[in-house]
Amino acid sequence: MNTFFILVGRDLRLSVRHRADTVMVAGFFAITVILFPFGIGPEPGILERVGAGIIWVTALLASLLSLDHLFSDDEQDGALDLLLTSPAAPTLVVAAKIVAHWLTTGLPLTLLAPILGVTLQMPVGSAAPMMTALLIGTPTLSLIGAVGAALTLGARRRGILMPLVVLPLYIPILIFGVGAIDTTSMGFDAGGLFTVLGGFLLIAAALCPWAAAAALKIASE
Amino acid sequence: MHALANPTRFLKLAATIQPWAAGLCILCFLFGLPIALLFSPPDYQQGDTVRIMYIHVPAAWMGLFCYGVMAAGSASYLIWRHPVANMIAKSSAPIGAMFTALCLLTGMLWGQPMWGTPWVWDARLTSMLVLFFLYLGYIALGGAFDSPEQGDKAAAILALVGSVNLPIIKFSVDWWNSLHQPSIFSMAGISVDAAMLPPLFLMVGAFQLYYVVVVLMSVRAQVLTAKIRAAKLMRTT
Repeated sequence: MNTFFILVGRDLRLSVRHRADTVMVAGFFAITVILFPFGIGPEPGILERVGAGIIWVTALLASLLSLDHLFSDDEQDGALDLLLTSPAAPTLVVAAKIVAHWLTTGLPLTLLAPILGVTLQMPVGSAAPMMTALLIGTPTLSLIGAVGAALTLGARRRGILMPLVVLPLYIPILIFGVGAIDTTSMGFDAGGLFTVLGGFLLIAAALCPWAAAAALKIASE
Repeated sequence: MHALANPTRFLKLAATIQPWAAGLCILCFLFGLPIALLFSPPDYQQGDTVRIMYIHVPAAWMGLFCYGVMAAGSASYLIWRHPVANMIAKSSAPIGAMFTALCLLTGMLWGQPMWGTPWVWDARLTSMLVLFFLYLGYIALGGAFDSPEQGDKAAAILALVGSVNLPIIKFSVDWWNSLHQPSIFSMAGISVDAAMLPPLFLMVGAFQLYYVVVVLMSVRAQVLTAKIRAAKLMRTT
């Protein structure tokens, strides 16, 4: 367990030193959300209705973009091979990297979302369900994304391949994430939808580190 | 199953099965197509459009079946390094993708007159579309590496990860309210007229046998390509 925290700490320190990476993900998220009022038109009724979807889709894409360097930085400088040959279990290494990835992308996106929601004319009451849904949903994005990042490590044209591999698996989270926000803002109880999101998180947490570790092993062969 | 890990033994078996499967497949189509499209009774509500079912349902079934084979083959490739299983999985992917696309297209043609819209975003249709993209991802990932073996293994893991989608598709019509009708085969019995069953089964059989024939052809071609490649390498060294 100690190794786990050391690894998370290492990745967090690295991302603090390369602050640009986290800032870029948050910046991408903000600028893309802000494109929609120009594209759709600024009428409050429409924006309010599609706001949850815009926030989620953009969060999905931002998380996808940040996956590119989840393993590849470590692979290029050789740290990944050392980590995989170290006594620590590969699943533990992967889990630590996923946690660090979420802390540097999912969490900032969750904190940023309510502010962007305001620019999309979403009601103030939707901030709490939006943050809750993102808080439960974005770790699942990091988990599934780690599998995609590990599978495509060393592949040609990785930038195009990764969305094709990862986005189909993101769709259920998108559906239930948007559903949870919309149902709550319409004044209904969305407890079931949040529970399903939580269920996705638990399933992904149980399976994804193993799949990603197996994929890394293949990539480093 | 492990005896068939030897490609030569598999080739021998495949050569025996293939003509039989091809003959039966042609027979099924010869009887199934005219019965399904001409002689079976029209539906009391849907009229002749119900005949789309005889293509749509077998295509949907094959879309799921091919993914099942692909996942099972990938698993046995990852666990036992079964080379033929991997070849079967690899050949099933494009076939399954085509069946899934056929299912989606015939579904749209059927939905237009019956639902008034070719497409709705409900659970059945969405999960089938996701299945189609999973096939594309598998094919793309398998071909994206400089070392074919690495591509095979990465794609095999993806096939296993994506197999969580299969039960979701199967039970989507029971779990969520859907415009799509529930399965005609359920615990409560069969909810379709008895006269529609023979052509439906004939068409399912025809599609299934077509798959067997095409997969065997593809696997034989893969084995032979590998042998030719090995022979060429031997000659140059």
